[in-house]
Amino acid sequence: MIGIIFGILFYAATLLLVIGVGLRLRKYHKIPAPLVIPTTPAPITNRGVVGRLLREVVFFESLFKGNKWTWLFGYLFHFGMFFVLLRHFRYFTDPVWGWVASIQWLGIYASYAMIIGLLGLWARRFFVDRVKYISAPSDHLMLVLLIGIGLSGLSMKYIWHTDVVALKVYMRGLLTLQWQPLPTDPGLLLHLLLVLILMAIFPFSKLLHGPALAYTPTRNMKDTPREERHIAPWAERLDKD
Amino acid sequence: MVDIVKKETFDTPELSSNPSIPPIRVGSMDHSKPFVAKPDFQTSLGFPGELVDNWKDVALAKMEELLGKYRSLQVFMDSCVKCGNCTDRCHYFLGTADPKNMPVARQDLMRNVYRRYFTFAGKHFPKLVGAVDLTEEVIEDWYKYYHQCSECRRCSVYCPVGIDTAEVTMAGREILAAIGVGQKYSNEIIGKVFKIGNNLGLPEPALANTLEGLEEEVEEDIEIPVKFPLDQKGADVLLVTPSADFFAEPHVDGLIGYAKVFHQAGISWTLSSHASEAANFGLFIGNYDHMQKVASRVREAALELGVKRIVVGECGHAWRVAYSFWNTLIGPFDFLDPNYPSPQHICEVTHDLLQRGALKLDKSANDDKVVTFHDSCNVSRGSRMGNMPGGQFTIPRDLIRASCNHFVDMAPETIGEETFCCGGGGGLLTDDLLELRVKGALPRMNALNDVITDYNVTHMAAICAICKSQFSKVLPQYGMGMDMVISVHQLIGDALVFDTHH
Repeated sequence: MIGIIFGILFYAATLLLVIGVGLRLRKYHKIPAPLVIPTTPAPITNRGVVGRLLREVVFFESLFKGNKWTWLFGYLFHFGMFFVLLRHFRYFTDPVWGWVASIQWLGIYASYAMIIGLLGLWARRFFVDRVKYISAPSDHLMLVLLIGIGLSGLSMKYIWHTDVVALKVYMRGLLTLQWQPLPTDPGLLLHLLLVLILMAIFPFSKLLHGPALAYTPTRNMKDTPREERHIAPWAERLDKD
Repeated sequence: MVDIVKKETFDTPELSSNPSIPPIRVGSMDHSKPFVAKPDFQTSLGFPGELVDNWKDVALAKMEELLGKYRSLQVFMDSCVKCGNCTDRCHYFLGTADPKNMPVARQDLMRNVYRRYFTFAGKHFPKLVGAVDLTEEVIEDWYKYYHQCSECRRCSVYCPVGIDTAEVTMAGREILAAIGVGQKYSNEIIGKVFKIGNNLGLPEPALANTLEGLEEEVEEDIEIPVKFPLDQKGADVLLVTPSADFFAEPHVDGLIGYAKVFHQAGISWTLSSHASEAANFGLFIGNYDHMQKVASRVREAALELGVKRIVVGECGHAWRVAYSFWNTLIGPFDFLDPNYPSPQHICEVTHDLLQRGALKLDKSANDDKVVTFHDSCNVSRGSRMGNMPGGQFTIPRDLIRASCNHFVDMAPETIGEETFCCGGGGGLLTDDLLELRVKGALPRMNALNDVITDYNVTHMAAICAICKSQFSKVLPQYGMGMDMVISVHQLIGDALVFDTHH
């Protein structure tokens, strides 16, 4: 029964996530970006722009130019989470893909990194007066949610072991639209519930900053305004005058 | 909690060679706001004369319109994660410690309203996400703090998602103008450009007179007949320069420098009385239509005079508008000579001439000076010079190095893309904001003071009319000489060797 409830929630949260983010990005796509406003010095080729965006994603280049602690904690969190997510492929693939099996050990360390990063970011919200000033309750809750996901996940490794084989059968079942029983250990249920919440709020919150980065005009525009005109549809009337 | 004290006087901040980030002082600049534009000036720009009765509806409608017109605004409203990386990057925050001068907090003044009216979370759980109703107090805050941002884009350098507070400030000012609360300084100036042709309201006869005077002065000085042509049809180059260059100090020495360069290089050039202004305050108030309308005078003048090139004088925001926006706003420039970029910066012109060996400079002419260079915000982070990224940093420095023997840069985190605004940009160069201007100059003054102490720097060269005016005003407040600031083209002009065989 609980398996079915979680299953339905999973389908719903996935739909919400995919459709929500899709609609948001479609909205960004449809709004024109009049005028050329990259933060310069900016690349002058498309390839250069791709490179700039990749550096933002892979190294957090702009963040690094500022406060190094924020960069460090942010980096630990994001890339910790990234490898933790990769590690989770083992619950969805059968047989487990070779590279997924080979990074299992890394995923554990990554989860520590993720939690340390999150705690560091959270600490800034209390101890740095400037960051405290700009933090809304939702900013704290978002970190609590992510820390909760990390800790509940780790709890299954060290405290309340869960039946990983049964979990995998359940997850494979969801992927193939077959109901299978879900282990009901509290650690697991909490973990899954928090993940569901995260997926559901993603399109409606600041978590959107990831996909939105690709639409940020200060980062994704080429610095070639003397070579190419850049007229927004709504500004065309002015051009004809 | 917030003490609102109307301060008539203020203390100039202490200089420090090792400045630290100030602890926040809530409300410390709550009293700072510029004069509101008079009804006449509002209406002449097509804005309501004074605060409209249904201001809330109008403001929200305008916000919705802007969110649909500018992808930047929509994305920036959604994607801030409140990481705090920008919080200690704004010169106005560093100089005033008012937390609402932290870029993210400045954005939040609008973002909190955006969330309340345009997002699911803000409509249903306002407290949770910090969403607020649009009230008169909020409008007050917008007016105060969107006029404590010089749109310098420094915060955007450090933002992991590229949020540029300048875009938010511009939207804020646009909404304020739309409900009838425009800023006196910027709106009066835009009105003067439409009426007379330049920010200073200098009519054609006065301009002609000024230029004649300059010709006499220069000829007396160097015994060479350097011309300052006005409205000369058939000239090759139309020079569009900030009107401050016509008589303000130290700007005018820059203009003399451009004229000497053109003279020595044998380039026929002219100024235009119709487009006697490079500045474009349409940018400052975030109004695309006005920016386009101001800029269109340049196109009209270029066509009327039949020039082959358009060159822009030393002016920061004007160069951003010219370089980044003109082609879009008033292009295409297919009637100009395709062998030159359109438009071209005067520094690019001089640099090019130097590289081709067409100019000879005698560096020793500036041996009495130890020079540093102030990168202007709009040039650094909103434009480019030359054919590769970063040319806006190397080209002016090449010019300075070519014209004097003693050049030294300020600390690396205060120049280049990380340069600090002079404190007077973005439509804030007005005496009703003097306290803000003085305090906002603090980071630049600290960096300058360091090179004065360490290297005996005597002059700070700049390529922006606003920077030059602002520094002339605030340098004395910090105990430094107002004549420390000079134009890059003054250095060039003074070092230029006139070849009489030319």
